[in-house]
Amino acid sequence: MKFRGKITDIACLNHFTRVVTTISKLTKTCVLRLTPDHLFFILPGKVTNGGVGMWCQLLQANFFQEYQMEGVTSEVQEICLEVSPEPWSRALKTVQSAKSVKLKLTRKHCACVTVAAELPTLSSVGRVVTHDVPVDVIPRRLWQEFQEAGVPDFDVSVYLPPLKTMKSVVDRMKNLSNFLVMEANLNGDMNLKIQTDLVSVTTHFKDLGNPDGGPSQSRDPEVMAEVTVDIRKLQQFLMGQQVNPSKALCNIVHQNVVHLVLLHEDVSLQYFIPAVA
Amino acid sequence: MQCVVTGGNVKVLGKAIHSLSRIGDELYVEPQEDGLALRSVNSSRSAYACFLFAPLFFSRYAIPTGLNFRCKMAIKSVQSVFKSLATLEKTVEKCHIGLDEQKDRLTFTLHCKHGLLKTHNLSYQDSESLEAVFDKNSCANVFRAQPRVLVDTVVHFPTSLEEVTVTVSDERMWVRNHVEDEAERSKAMLTELCLAADEFDYFAVKAHYSITFCLKEFRGLLLFAESTGLPVSMYFDEPGSPVVLSVTDSVLEGNFVLATLSDNHDLHKSNRGGDADQPHPPDDFMSDDMDAYLIAMDTSAAPGPSTADPPPPSLATFRKPPAPNYRTRTHSEEEEEDDGEEDPERPPDKKFRSLFFGSVLPPSSQMNTQPLTTQEVLASDSEDETEAE
Repeated sequence: MKFRGKITDIACLNHFTRVVTTISKLTKTCVLRLTPDHLFFILPGKVTNGGVGMWCQLLQANFFQEYQMEGVTSEVQEICLEVSPEPWSRALKTVQSAKSVKLKLTRKHCACVTVAAELPTLSSVGRVVTHDVPVDVIPRRLWQEFQEAGVPDFDVSVYLPPLKTMKSVVDRMKNLSNFLVMEANLNGDMNLKIQTDLVSVTTHFKDLGNPDGGPSQSRDPEVMAEVTVDIRKLQQFLMGQQVNPSKALCNIVHQNVVHLVLLHEDVSLQYFIPAVA
Repeated sequence: MQCVVTGGNVKVLGKAIHSLSRIGDELYVEPQEDGLALRSVNSSRSAYACFLFAPLFFSRYAIPTGLNFRCKMAIKSVQSVFKSLATLEKTVEKCHIGLDEQKDRLTFTLHCKHGLLKTHNLSYQDSESLEAVFDKNSCANVFRAQPRVLVDTVVHFPTSLEEVTVTVSDERMWVRNHVEDEAERSKAMLTELCLAADEFDYFAVKAHYSITFCLKEFRGLLLFAESTGLPVSMYFDEPGSPVVLSVTDSVLEGNFVLATLSDNHDLHKSNRGGDADQPHPPDDFMSDDMDAYLIAMDTSAAPGPSTADPPPPSLATFRKPPAPNYRTRTHSEEEEEDDGEEDPERPPDKKFRSLFFGSVLPPSSQMNTQPLTTQEVLASDSEDETEAE
C-alpha cells in the first residue's frame, strides 16, 4: 500500500487546501478513498452521523503534479483510510507559500499521512516542515459502505439560490426553530419554512431554474416536494462553503432526503440530509 | 519617580507590557539606577521575563534616591493603559509615569494629540525583589536569528500547542511539537520543522541537546521582537536547565527565561552518534522519490517496521516523553521546597531562585530527580533506534 502525491502549482495547492478546509467544516472524521484517478472524501450516511452523508470527488490530475499509488493488493488498486481533515486543513493553510507540498502515506508511530512542505527561504538549504497526521487504515471487509451510493429517484431537482443568501436566512431561522422545511417545485420555486407556536416564517426564492434531465415531466410543475430537516445540519453544510460553486443544485425526494450537489472546478461535493423522523 | 517616554518608545513600552502579560498576571516594577525594570513570573515559577529600559530610553528618568522602591500590580490594569497599540502610535505623544507613594499609586499619564490627557491611577502593592539568577554566557548553545525566521517557524504550530521541543546538531535546528502522553500520541498531529544554520545570524552548538519548553511563553517574546524588529538570541544548555531568550538594543534589554523539561541524559548521548553518522534528513526527504516508505498494513498481518529512509533521528529518539509533565516539572527543580504551591507568606524570590539554583547543580543530582518511570521508557527507545538504523 503506497501513496505519494506532490503539488507544485500554487493554484492547485490553494484549491486543494480550500477543498480540505470545506470538508473539515462538514465533518470531524471521514473516509479518504484513493484510486489511481480520484480522491474521494466520504462520509457514509449512518445513524451515528444523524443520517447525514457526504461524497466529495476530486480528479487527482487536477491537483497533483505527481501522483503515485499502489492499492492494498495488485488487483485492488484502492486505499481506504479514516482521516480527520481538520489537522490537514491546518497544516495546509500554513504552507500556502511552499514551493512544493507532498502528501505521503507513511508509517511513523502509526499509519500517518505526512504533509511535507518545502518552504522558500533565503538560505541555501530549503526549509522543510512535516506534519504527520495519524490515520486509520480501513480493512477491506468494510469497503462496501464506501462505494458510491446510487442517486435516489428524486421528485424535484432545482438550482440553489446563492449560498450566502441561503446561509443568512438559515442562520436567522435557526434562532427560532430546530426544524426547517425545504420545498421546491419544477417551476424553479423554492421555499424555506419554519413554524413554531408563535410564528411561522417562509422565505421564497423564485426563478431558480431546474436542471435538465430531471425527474419526469409528467409531474405538475407547481406541486412542491418537501422535506423537513434538522436545521443545524443544513446550517453546517452552508457554513462550510467558502467559494461560490459554479453549479449548485438540490434534489428532493419528498419526505425522504435532500440531496445537495455542488460543482466547482471539477470537484463535486454531494451532501445528503435525511428527513427528520 | 518621574519617567517620561516619548514618541515611538511609547509603543515599545506597551508591547513589552503585552509580552510580559503572556508570562504572568502581575507586573513587578523596579526603578533602578541602570534603568526601569519590568518583570513578570508565572504562577508555577517556570517562566520569568524581564525588560530593562535604560535611562536613555526615556526623555526624562528620575528615580527616588536612597531606598529601593519595588512594587507589583495587576498586569491587566497596566495593559489597559496601553491597549490598542495602533491608535496609541498615532495619537500619543508622550507617556508620563509618576509615583505617588502616599497613596500607593503609579500614575500613567498619556499626553495625546489635541491636548488630550488620559490619566490612569494604578494601585500597587509592595513586593519582594524578583530577580532570576541565570548566566547566558555559560550556556553551551547560542543562537541569534531575525524575528521573522522564528515567527515563520512557530506559525506552523497550532496556537493551542503547549510545548515545543528544539533539537540541535552542528548545522541544524529541529523544532517539533511535544506530545505528552501515549494516548494522545496516536491521535495528535506531529509537526516538525528544520532550520539550517545559515538562516541564523549566529549559530554556535557545543552540545547536541534537545530541550522542551512552553511555546506560549516563547510566543510572548516573539510578539515583542517582531514588532521592534530586534534579533532574538537564544541560549540553552542541557535539558532541565532553563533556556534564555533575549532581545537587546542600545536602550533596552529583554530576557525571557523559561524552564525546560528535565530529560534523561543517556537518551541524548546514545543519539549523538546517530546524529553525526546519518545524513541530514531534510535533504533526503526532499529528494526522495517513491519507495521511500512502504507500509505493511493488512489488518491480518502484523505491522512491520518502516524500511528505506529512517525517520529523522529526532523523531525516532525523542518520541517518548519524559514522565514529568509541564506543571510538575518545577518539582524536580524545586525539590528543596516542601510543596510546589504558591505560599503567600514565603517571599517569592526564595522559591524562584531555586528554579535556577537547580540548574547549577551537577548533572548527577538532576538525574536523581527523575521519576523512576523514565528508566523503562529509555529501554524501549533504544530498541526503536536500532530498528530505525
